[in-house]
Amino acid sequence: MKYTLEYRDARLVSNVIARINKLVEEYDRPLVLMEICGGQTHAIMRYGIDQLLPSQIELVHGPGCPVCVTSLELVDKALAIASIPGVIFTSYGDMLRVPGSGQDLNTVRAQGGDVRVVYSPLDAVKIAQQNPDKQVVFFGIGFETTAPANAMSILQAKALGLTNYSMLVSHVRVPPAIRAILSSPNNRVQGFLAAGHVCTVMGYWEYPPIADKFGVPIVVTGFEPLDLVQGILMATQQIVQGKHNVENAYARVVTFDGNKPAQSVISQVFMDCDRKWRGIGMIPASGWCLRPEFSIFDAEARFSVEQIQPEESPLCIAGLILQGTQKPPDCPAFGSYCTPENPLGATMVSSEGACSAYYRYTGRSVVNEPVTVS
Amino acid sequence: MCLAVPGKIIDIYETNGMKMGKIDFGGVVREACLEYVPEAQVGNYTIIHVGFALNLLSEQEAQEILSVLREIANVDDEIGSESA
Repeated sequence: MKYTLEYRDARLVSNVIARINKLVEEYDRPLVLMEICGGQTHAIMRYGIDQLLPSQIELVHGPGCPVCVTSLELVDKALAIASIPGVIFTSYGDMLRVPGSGQDLNTVRAQGGDVRVVYSPLDAVKIAQQNPDKQVVFFGIGFETTAPANAMSILQAKALGLTNYSMLVSHVRVPPAIRAILSSPNNRVQGFLAAGHVCTVMGYWEYPPIADKFGVPIVVTGFEPLDLVQGILMATQQIVQGKHNVENAYARVVTFDGNKPAQSVISQVFMDCDRKWRGIGMIPASGWCLRPEFSIFDAEARFSVEQIQPEESPLCIAGLILQGTQKPPDCPAFGSYCTPENPLGATMVSSEGACSAYYRYTGRSVVNEPVTVS
Repeated sequence: MCLAVPGKIIDIYETNGMKMGKIDFGGVVREACLEYVPEAQVGNYTIIHVGFALNLLSEQEAQEILSVLREIANVDDEIGSESA
């Protein structure tokens, strides 16, 4: 058992697709499902799952791409901190090409800033240990999946007595985002594929009240082709039958309660806070920030980087794409003014961004004619 | 970002008071923190995200869903060949 190849079996996938087809045969209305996680979006596009589904089922792509939703203000703060002499700025690789108002972290590095990609926040702690005369800042982005790692780095820095480690925290949470999407007057989503690895950490005990309140099914879904079609089948089945339960299509990894030791460390280090999402705006209590007892590790407090006036590209419609009301090919700049080499918005950069998934896997067949910029 | 990869735990040890391990991802071996899976033992499969084990994988659950799906596919194949 490898836990990957078994879930890429074409025969089993086509069989599940055939069952989905049969289910919607007598259902004469369109059916809109949203996969929350950008990793799922990329897997769907990569394996062409959207092309295999009956035309009645539309998949819209959710905001589960932390790189994409990290606010422009925080990206600009990261750029400002990374430019300070004596700072080693560490980050997951995806963040380096995300455009701020003027430049990105790669540009700061090219201009002499010490910007380093790390695989894990514990690597950033190690860099702080090895460089006691430098300030080491870690860009703590991520959803619930990444919070246990980021929280542990804070505890580790504290245990080691490090005074030169801090974190620029930009944690976001899935359940408040689902509520915001469902509360929008423009919402079209009838069912959700919940993000499997977020639920690995948090479980799915937070979702039944949402499914009940809004009358939508939520199915915890994995990332392999068979996981995805199974999640789609279960959500479709519920919609056709008029049900709205929370189900788990990723039971080999996810339990109802989630990982309790991880949740305990998260709540020891972080607390709920309002968070601004790039392109979407403020969502109340949708983020995590450091608890007051860990404020000495807060990079925003340690470095004075006020007076930031973020400026987003007027062409970019990433916010609408992240809310599922528009798709990448709807954007006039898609593939012309905005490409992975020269992205206007974060959704074109990230390995989880919806625009980058469309650009990479649908080729230029959906690329728009360049728009005139006055 | 929320990419997490399954791998097999091949060694467990302690560093700076943290439970750590070596994880084999089909031949590529990397270090990961096992603090969040205190019950982990060598030979278990786990799912790793940014250098941290998020959970142990349940072989029983994995086998169950696969055998159900295979059974359905076999039955469908049989029905298909009978009606053809």
